Amino acid sequence: MSIFVDENTKVVYQGLTGSQGRYYGLLNRDYGTQVVAGTNPKKAGTDVDGIPIFASVADAVAETGANASCIFIPAAGVRAAVMEAAEGGVEFIVCITEGVPAHDEAWFFNKLKRDFPGVQLLGPNCPGIISPGKANIGITAGHIAKAPEEGAHNVGIVSRSGTLTYQALYELKLQNIGVTTCVGIGGDPVPGTSFIDCLERFEADPDTSAVMMIGEIGGSAEEEAAEFIKTKMTKPVVGYIAGQTAPPGKKMGHAGAIVSGGKGTAAAKMEAMEAAGVKVGANPTEAGSLMVEVVKSL
Amino acid sequence: MDLFEYQGKQFFASFDIPVSKGEAVTTVDDALAAAERIGQYPVVIKAQVHVGGRGKAGGVKLANNLDEVREHATNILGLDIKGHIVKIIWIEVASDIAEEYYASFTLDRSAKKHLGMLSAEGGVEIEAVAEENPDAIAKIWIDPVDGLDEATAREWVKAANLNPDAENGAVDILLKLYRAYTEGDADLCEINPLILKPTGEVHALDAKVTLDANADYRHEWAEYEATQVRDVREQAAHEKGLQYVGLDGTVGIIANGAGLAMSTLDVVNQAGGKPANFLDIGGGANADVMAGALEVINNDPAVKSIFINIFGGITRGEEVANGIIEALNRVTIDSPIVIRLDGTNAEEGRSILEPHLSDKLQMQPTMLDAAAVAVELASR
Repeated sequence: MSIFVDENTKVVYQGLTGSQGRYYGLLNRDYGTQVVAGTNPKKAGTDVDGIPIFASVADAVAETGANASCIFIPAAGVRAAVMEAAEGGVEFIVCITEGVPAHDEAWFFNKLKRDFPGVQLLGPNCPGIISPGKANIGITAGHIAKAPEEGAHNVGIVSRSGTLTYQALYELKLQNIGVTTCVGIGGDPVPGTSFIDCLERFEADPDTSAVMMIGEIGGSAEEEAAEFIKTKMTKPVVGYIAGQTAPPGKKMGHAGAIVSGGKGTAAAKMEAMEAAGVKVGANPTEAGSLMVEVVKSL
Repeated sequence: MDLFEYQGKQFFASFDIPVSKGEAVTTVDDALAAAERIGQYPVVIKAQVHVGGRGKAGGVKLANNLDEVREHATNILGLDIKGHIVKIIWIEVASDIAEEYYASFTLDRSAKKHLGMLSAEGGVEIEAVAEENPDAIAKIWIDPVDGLDEATAREWVKAANLNPDAENGAVDILLKLYRAYTEGDADLCEINPLILKPTGEVHALDAKVTLDANADYRHEWAEYEATQVRDVREQAAHEKGLQYVGLDGTVGIIANGAGLAMSTLDVVNQAGGKPANFLDIGGGANADVMAGALEVINNDPAVKSIFINIFGGITRGEEVANGIIEALNRVTIDSPIVIRLDGTNAEEGRSILEPHLSDKLQMQPTMLDAAAVAVELASR
């Protein structure tokens, strides 16, 4: 099994007619994802390489049975796009767009929670999600990931960073470890999906034997995840925190990655994770090796 | 994006928050002219820097006449406050103060709601109040969908035990401050001190505002952007649209992706070196971006070696390799370069780099090996 998305997920791409949307939408389809529709109010009735374009998500859902959306809309339009997807009736929304204002994120996070509690938003500013061999929604290079094998121990990945997610997928592939689902939750201050949302589902997924968790400096999401791991998880977790040597007060590329007022340091996060029984690597390579040990010991 | 106090006050004033009348100047002559125009003494002369503790450093002075304005302006302009050189001073009418409070709005990432903090103990560092007397700070969490209404603001002011004389004025300012924070797309709006005057008015005596750069497309922030203080390297990188943060080590870093770039700093440190910078060139890693990144790093005199750490995802290894070679043809680099190229089509990429390798351009199979070599080269 996998979490959030699989071979039955039907995805509508908001922004499929744009250059980024088209490029990744078609790559995702090539991977095997059910890319069933795109939206663009001005181009309804046309198609992108055979994928029909509808005026709205609601139309796409009605015509194609789409149950997920992937947003490649410029930042200024993301707030409206997220609400259009939720109102249109999809259950899972992946927002790749970066640079979304924090006030918009805080607003639609709370709006969804209140009016659309059944809808799960992933992102914004995330690489997306891949359930190897089943579906790839977003900008992850699908071939880096090894599909899970029946009878073997497979791993779930949740990460705040894009390239480190690839790095993790790659290290596991080199070690011949399959991945059930890899979720990039993104580096923004108000991510739609948290570490805990993913850990909870990996814990419940019978095919996931262990979890790789990649965090970053800033905020307290890793500490909250550690508390969850300590009290609610039985499966082993291996972790890595990027930015162990980042100076305080400097924003490290991701809007969320900043150490402020002594809070959100890598040291504090690593300590909390280790206290929760997580094996924490000093770098991505070490985390990969730790995961190999964990899988071998299962 | 951090605003200077005077910009924060202009920002507040645009939301009708009462601030003192004043002017920002950069020379002593302009300070004298500004004081004449303000036409009322005493005036306060305040250093404009993005750092706290200005008062203790001699960056805030009261002037009772034109001679004192000249004296203080002369002393404060050029003053070094914790490494920040004062280039702008703000002159405003001095205010009579009965009481000093604290008020702020920011995002609580953990609660995913806006956090409002209000305290009757203002004028001092709020971190100290939070530590020594946390009950003195009244906190409210605001759902962005609901916003802040007057009844809630009034309850909040009462909970903070502000002087009853300040209640109406404080409620009014807090509602306006919340509007400034949300409609103005601020990450932080802080007033410390928020003062009660003997005459009963409530007034913002200071302004600390951080704006969310992601929202600049829907605001007129060109003036704020123009006065951002960056070091020379950061300014050059900013002009090339690169995500760069200057650090004080000797190993120049180029990586694709913020997480990998941070991770690269980590492994350089773990190998016993010190990174000269953080630089994320994003997913594409084409020749233009790579050339720009190499130029910025090459212009940093502290750099002794350069570590290029690329993990190809959608961008294939051969594209990355060609980008590096083309960039090196355009820019002459002084320091030796160590490349780690991994991920999609890494083999193809490496074989493109192979014929170009020399003492000045090395390749290592893993991130850890590359870090070790880059650190070793930097220490020669």
